[in-house]
Order: sequence, then C-alpha cells, then structure tokens
Amino acid sequence: MEELGKRAMAGDVRAASRLIRNMEDNMPGTEAAIKHIFPFTGKAHVIGITGSPGAGKSTLTDEMIASYRNKDKTVGVMAVDPTSPFTGGALLGDRIRMQRHAEDTGVFVRSMATRGAMGGLSKAVGDGIHVLDVMGKDVIIVETVGVGQQEVEIINHAHTIIVVLVPGMGDEVQALKAGLMEIADIFVINKADREGAARLHKETLSMLQMGKFENGWIPPIVSVESVSEPISFAQSVGVLTDKIDEHYQYLIKSNILATRSHRKATAEIYESLRAAILAPILDDLAANGELELMVQKIMKRELDPYSLAELVAEKYLISHDCLKV
Amino acid sequence: MSDRKIRILIAKPGLDGHDRGAKVLARCFRDAGFEVIYTGCHQTPEQVASAAIQEDVDVVGLSCLSGAHMYLYPQVVKLLKEQGADDITVIGGGIIPDKDLQPLYDAGLKALFTPGATLESLVDWINENIHPRT
Amino acid sequence: MFTEELLNQSSSLRKKWEDEVKKITSKRADQKSEWTTVSDLPIRRLYGPEDIKDMDFEKDISYPGQYPYLRGNQATGYRGKYWTFRMFAGMGSAAVTNERWHYLLNTGQTGLSTAFDFPTLMGYDTDSPKAKGECGKCGVAIDTIDDFQTLIKGIPLDKITTSMTINPPATAIWAMYLASAEIQGIPLSKLGGTIQNDMLKEFIAQKTLMCPPEASVKLISDTVEFGTRHVPNWNTISISGYHIREAGATAVQELAFTLRDGMEYVEDTIRRKGLHVDEFAPRLSFFFNSHVDFFEEIAKMRAARRIWAKAMRERYNSQDPRSWWMRFHTQTAGCSLTAQQPYNNVVRTALQALAAVLGGTQSLHTNSLDEVLCLPSDHAVQIALRTQQIIADETGVANTLDPLAGSYFVEALTNEMEEKAWEYIHKIDEMGGMVKAIENGFPQLEISDAAYKFQKQIDAKEKIMIGVNKYVTDEVVEIPLIEIDDSIETQQIARLHEVKRKRDNRFVAECLKNLAQACKKGENVMPFCIETVKAYGTMQEICDVYREVYGEYRDPGIY
Repeated sequence: MEELGKRAMAGDVRAASRLIRNMEDNMPGTEAAIKHIFPFTGKAHVIGITGSPGAGKSTLTDEMIASYRNKDKTVGVMAVDPTSPFTGGALLGDRIRMQRHAEDTGVFVRSMATRGAMGGLSKAVGDGIHVLDVMGKDVIIVETVGVGQQEVEIINHAHTIIVVLVPGMGDEVQALKAGLMEIADIFVINKADREGAARLHKETLSMLQMGKFENGWIPPIVSVESVSEPISFAQSVGVLTDKIDEHYQYLIKSNILATRSHRKATAEIYESLRAAILAPILDDLAANGELELMVQKIMKRELDPYSLAELVAEKYLISHDCLKV
Repeated sequence: MSDRKIRILIAKPGLDGHDRGAKVLARCFRDAGFEVIYTGCHQTPEQVASAAIQEDVDVVGLSCLSGAHMYLYPQVVKLLKEQGADDITVIGGGIIPDKDLQPLYDAGLKALFTPGATLESLVDWINENIHPRT
Repeated sequence: MFTEELLNQSSSLRKKWEDEVKKITSKRADQKSEWTTVSDLPIRRLYGPEDIKDMDFEKDISYPGQYPYLRGNQATGYRGKYWTFRMFAGMGSAAVTNERWHYLLNTGQTGLSTAFDFPTLMGYDTDSPKAKGECGKCGVAIDTIDDFQTLIKGIPLDKITTSMTINPPATAIWAMYLASAEIQGIPLSKLGGTIQNDMLKEFIAQKTLMCPPEASVKLISDTVEFGTRHVPNWNTISISGYHIREAGATAVQELAFTLRDGMEYVEDTIRRKGLHVDEFAPRLSFFFNSHVDFFEEIAKMRAARRIWAKAMRERYNSQDPRSWWMRFHTQTAGCSLTAQQPYNNVVRTALQALAAVLGGTQSLHTNSLDEVLCLPSDHAVQIALRTQQIIADETGVANTLDPLAGSYFVEALTNEMEEKAWEYIHKIDEMGGMVKAIENGFPQLEISDAAYKFQKQIDAKEKIMIGVNKYVTDEVVEIPLIEIDDSIETQQIARLHEVKRKRDNRFVAECLKNLAQACKKGENVMPFCIETVKAYGTMQEICDVYREVYGEYRDPGIY
C-alpha cells in the first residue's frame, strides 16, 4: 500500500486513483499510504464549492478548471454525489460536465459517492485531497452534494469556500440561514441572466451587511452568466478565479491561512479518531450482537443513551477519565 | 472493515447521440447497487480511457449505435492497455452484426450485448464476472 | 353530441352489458387485470356515446378542410393525392447514395429524404479526428458542395421535393442545396423540400449538438426568415417528435413536447425577426413517429392537428388557415423493431404505416426489416416501399377520409391525448417556455423516466415484444446485411483534400471572415453561407465559425 503512495507521488495516475479508491473503501493497510504521503501534503490551494442541487456547481467547476488551466495551474477535482439509500448504488454524474478536460494530463477528476457512512465521507474526501495534493495539483476543487450535514464537514477541508446561489430556486435565503453564510468566502450568483438575479444579489448583500467578519475579509459576490452563453460565462468565471486567488493571497498575507489550517487539522483529528476508535467499537458491537440488544433496551426504556455510552466507554477505553463530567 | 463496491463507467464513444440505452443502463446499474459514472455523449476513445483510469473503475460499458463500433471499441481497449490498465474489463452493446462479434472479442472486449438483452442479464453478467480488485 | 333520449337509451343498454360482463368475469377472469397502451395509458373495456357526449360537433370534430382540422387539412384527402412515399436514404459516399436515390425513384418513390453520416450531422469534415470510423456508416458523407452535386446528380430539383435530416449544420447543407440549384439554373422560388432544422428536439432527445440553445434557435430563425423571403415553397423546420419517441417518450410526451417545440419556434421568430405569424407559419412542418400501438398513434395524429389549429388561432391570433394546418411526415418506429426473427418487422412496419395513413399523414417512411441491424439493403427497402404502395392501392383505406372519425373509442382517446398534452404544454409555459424547460432538464427527465419504466416492463413481461420476451426461438435467421467499407473513408478524405487544394483558399478565408462578422452582428447568415459553399468552403469550416462565435454546447447528460 505504501508503494501506491510512492507511485502516486511520482505522478502515476493509476496509482493515485487506486489509492483514493482504497481509502474510500476502507481497504486494510490504507493508513500506511496516508502516513507515507502526509508529510508532503499541504501545498495545494483547496477550494470547496457548495450550494443546493441544481445550482450549477459542476458546470461552474468545469469552467473553473478551464480558467485555472489558462493560468497554467494544474487542477484536481473531487466531485461528490449521493448514494441511493435504497440500493446502495450511485449515479455519479458530475463528471459529464468536465469530460472536455479528460485528456488533459494537468487535470484529474474523481467522482465519489456519499455512501451514507457516519463521518466516513469527510474522511475519504480529506484523504483524497491529500492524494491530489502530493500528485502536485496546484488547485484542488471539492464539489459537494449540496445538502445534508456532511456538507459543512467536507467544507472544513478547504481554504476557500464558494457558496453558489441561483435565482428562482426559492431556497437561497434558507441556504444562507442554514449556516453557509458563516463559512462562505465568496458568493457566486450563477445563471445571473435569469429573472430574480438582481433581487438575489440585493438580498445576499443585505445579509452580508448584518454579518460580522472578524478576519477582515468581506465575502464578495460574483455574478456568473448562464452557461448557455459560453463566451460570457467563461469571462465571468475568469473573474471568479481571480477573486479566489485574491482570497488565497489574503489568507497568506493576513496569516489566516494558519486559522484555516487549524480548522482543517481539527477536522482531520476528529475523523481519524472516529475511524480509529469509534468505528471499530461499533463494528465490534454490531458483530457480537450487543448493538441490537442496546437498541432494544433503549426502546423499552430500560436504559438511557447516556448511561449506555458510559457503559460502552468503560468496556472499551482503558482510561476514560476524560469522559466523566 | 473493507467496503469494496463495483464501479462502472458507462460511455458513449463517437458522434452518435442516441443515449436511451446508456441512460437506462446507468440507472439499472445504480439500482443494482453499483457506483456508476456516466460520461455523456460524444466521447473520444481517449476521453473514455482517461476517465476510466481516473475513476479506477472495474468495468467500462460502451454504447454506440452509429456503426462505428469496429473502430471505437477496440480503440478503448487498446488505450487502456497502453496506459497499463488492461485489468479494466471492457464490455459493449448496441447494434452489432453477428460477423463483428468475434473480431471484437478478439480485440479484447469481454462481453457484447445486442438488442433484446435484458437488464437482468447484464446485472447478472457483472455480478458473475466482475470481482472488485483487492 | 347526442340527444338526451339516446343517452338514456345507451345508459340502460350499457347496464345490461355491464351485468353480462360481471357474470362472465366472475366465472372466468380476464387474461390480465390492466389493459394499457404501449405508453401505459389505461384503456377501458368498451367505449360508448357517454364517453364523448361533451364534444361539440362543430368545434371539436367538423369536416376535413375545416377548423379544427381534426379530420384532415385537405377537403379531398388522399383522393386528390396520396401521401408522399418518402424513404429515408443515405449511405457511404455521395455517389453511392445517388445510385440508391435513383433506384428508389424507379421503384415508385415520390419524394427524396436524405440520411447523413454522423460527422456531417455534427458539423465535422471527414478528416477530423472526431470523425474517425464514422464516415458513411449511417448516412452519406458530405464535406463540400462538390459532394453535394454528386449527390443530386440527375435529380430534377424543380420537380421532386427533397427532405434533409440535418440539424446543427442545417444552414450549411441548405446553402449547398440552394447553391447547387442556382448552378443548375433553377430559381429558388421553384424549389420544394424540407430541412429538419429542429434543434430543440436535439437537446431533448437525439443529442446532435453544436451550439447552445439560444444561438441554435437564432440560426433556425435565420433560415425561417430566408425561406419566407426567397424560397417560399420550402419547409424550413420539420418539428420532430420522432426522435423524442425513439428516446423512450410516451405518445403523450411525444405529442406535447413536439407541439410545444413548435410553439417555441413561432414565438421566437415573431420576437426575433418581427415577422407576422402568417408570413412563416404555413411553412412549418412536423414529423411524428408511428409506434406499435395502433389506435394510440391514430389518436395522437388526429389530436396533433386539432391542438395546432387551436394554438395557432387562439394563442397566436393567426388569420390564415394555412397556418392552422399541421402538415406532417411520419416514420414507423425504429425502436419497435427486433433483431430477433427480423421478418416480423415487415408486419410491424405495415401496421404502423396503416396507422399513419389512418391518422392522415402527408408523407411516410416505412422502415426496412433489416434496419435494426444495419443500413437497409435494396431488397429490404423495396419491401418497405411496397408496403406503402399496397396500403395505397390495394387495401382501400384511402377511399374515404378519416374513416375512424365518430368511433366512440377513437374520439375519446383523441380527446384524452389532447387533454394530457395541454397539461404538459401549460406546465412548460409556466417554466418560461421550452428553452427554459430544457435548461432545467424537464423534458429530458420525463423521457428518461418513461424509457427506464418501459425497459423494466419488458424485462417483467408486462409489455410484450414478440421474439424478445414472448415466443422466443433459438433459430438464426440469416439476412443479407449491407456493409460500408472502410475504404470509403480514405477515398472521402482524398476527395476533400483535392477540393481544398484546387480552391482559392484566400477567398474561402474571406468568406468565412464575413460569415463570422454576420454572426457577431446578428445578421442573417444564409447569404454568407451560400457564398462560402460556392467557394468550396467545407461543412466544418462553416460550423467552426459558429462554434467559435457562439461557443460549443456539450451534453449535460441529464438522466
């Protein structure tokens, strides 16, 4: 497995894609590869793109790739799509919009399914970013599903966060209220030639005026034309990537990059602990049937979840002083 | 605990845009529990091979109805091989005359599905023949 | 429609019939509980006067040649003129296709219809890397006017109408046709024919794509305007449901999306070109699929005529009855044919052709039995053409107009199709029109859903295809298949390079520059296209100008 890590670092696309898959699939021994590559990570500029489904994130990502390629930067993309809760299968369709870059060796696009595992997705994305990073990609774009609590977790891996809004969806303000407001570094109003774009712009602006921006960066709002006008679309996405670069420079100059890296490191610790401690416990409990017994006890009100958690901690953790309040 | 899933790329190489079959198949494979990457219409063999490698799929399913399968299908197999990815299984479907079947198998296609193949038979074929790499 | 007395009488007789049905089915159940059309529309056991009692004879049925044209556009029907026997044909090089055309005309075909190969359909020359392996495979390869002149050699353009299935590069191909006519000394006003030129259905269904929707619609309005002013007998758009249906749509979806596409073109041309609706609407034509469900297809075509007449008169205030006519070509359903037991396809095609004739088509292509496997052979295409001729001259169905009118079932089904189509049309109106609906992926998703559902029904044997999921045999039927040799590609590339070598390249470059200027200024591109093709500018050179000025549209892959 370490071998895969080495080959990925040498730019072997096959090795890199296999490594990402092994991480995603929790293949035994994957940690060894991550341990190997980790010291060499932290070079790329990681951009997170979020916004409701149908906001045009993939199309925007595609044009951002083109824009960065024009600036001579290499690009890695991780695009996340939902797993069907009924069948466990997934249709990963984001890639379609980016296929024109398939033959460009400076671009690597990887689709990923949410798979619904607790915390697992964020870990897989985080690990995937490390692989793209050591492959030498200058810019890494993470495109999220656009819904659910995993959203914010994934976003914690990024330096610059783009929130994509689109007029006429009716849920723009809700998205802002749902916590994306706090994490956005740049707002994009996509399909800005549509009816309602001006109003959306105004609403976003007034939201921003109510916000507090302690680090001094006030998120700009970039309007992007509809993709049905490819030429002006490309121009406006060029403006967007300029803004993104400006944000990155700001992070570096103002030393906020350290704060972001702090946030990213914290997220990674949570995830690795969850994978190393919680996941094996849950697997064990499930395998020996105890988990089901616990569920029954809680349902019958014979036990409450908090006492149960204490019991589990006592059983598995040698020292659990930290768990007692 | 490992959680290997079968990953399949569905691609339409060539200029033909009749994507009814490809889209039905993509949905069917999703419903069979596979992870499906669909690349859309009008792909060159180079684009298909490159996507298959970046996505680390187990299978590439090709669909082409224009009659250009004799060039396009073997070309995808060839490009995968050149890039050290000949462990990716390539299968194809569409209007393929009987006389073209053997040359396509000889070129490295592992299965060919012609009009009338049921969705179930395709899923069964995948389940029986594709074992995700360890 | 009916007197109170008749309805009362019917109601009591119906009661007796229902009792009888109950008695029989209590002893022996029906073969299955649900009876539906191929599109999954539920059909009742019986239809009677009560099912059409709300119809207004004058407003809803009337007579042929009279509003709402349910019963046909022409007062004389097929007695005046049969539908045009128009077989879609094209393969290999222009010379090979020209030979097939002459064969068809000698076999009694009355109109031409051109199938182009994929590079031509997508606006690439044969020497483009993207075209590799495709040349001549599913149609004729055309790179320059040189090929085009070979294609139409010996065809009297002033006497025979030609339909050309071409979409994104329609301006270039039409320019070649018009320039060739000019070279032959035939005035544009004498030319008749059709270019398909319907991009909306490409975005929805067939995915022959080049420029984004807005620019595509602009190019289409250029042809409509140019046709209106200079080629008055030409159908500048063939608004097509055929491909929508082949992509898996139901009959209602085919009807609704096609007609809403038509409305979009009308609205766009009025807005963009400032033409009055009656200046161009008489030259809009339609193209439907005739699928395997006999009555559903007849009802669909009858409903289409009535919806269009109403829409033209009421939505667009058209005053000219010629604008109210829905004239349409029909092709039997390619997707209904089976590779298994291929001779059964002759029967399917005959029944579908009969439905199209009973539905009142103006023009018809009948599929050949081998079209599910390859391009049709001479022998297969002859049977297909003879099928039309048998329907016309032997069966007697052309003796009288709209013979199924007044059938309780056919009228009720026609009404139901119309009602359901309007529901879709209004929904698309609410989305802001068809271009917006396409951008939202609405029609694409509706069709994908229907296609997936149908395939699952076939797998579950809830829908039957003989030879595929019922009466399956192992027998191998050898039918002679036509093959397009790969040497066609090398020869075509050599011809293209020869033309490029001989032409005045500086003049071509100038023509292309002028075309680009016209695109940027929003001028009508047609005169510039004609100049370019006359100078031996190629198909791809023209289309590259469009791709550069308007941008390239890629399949967003909605599913």
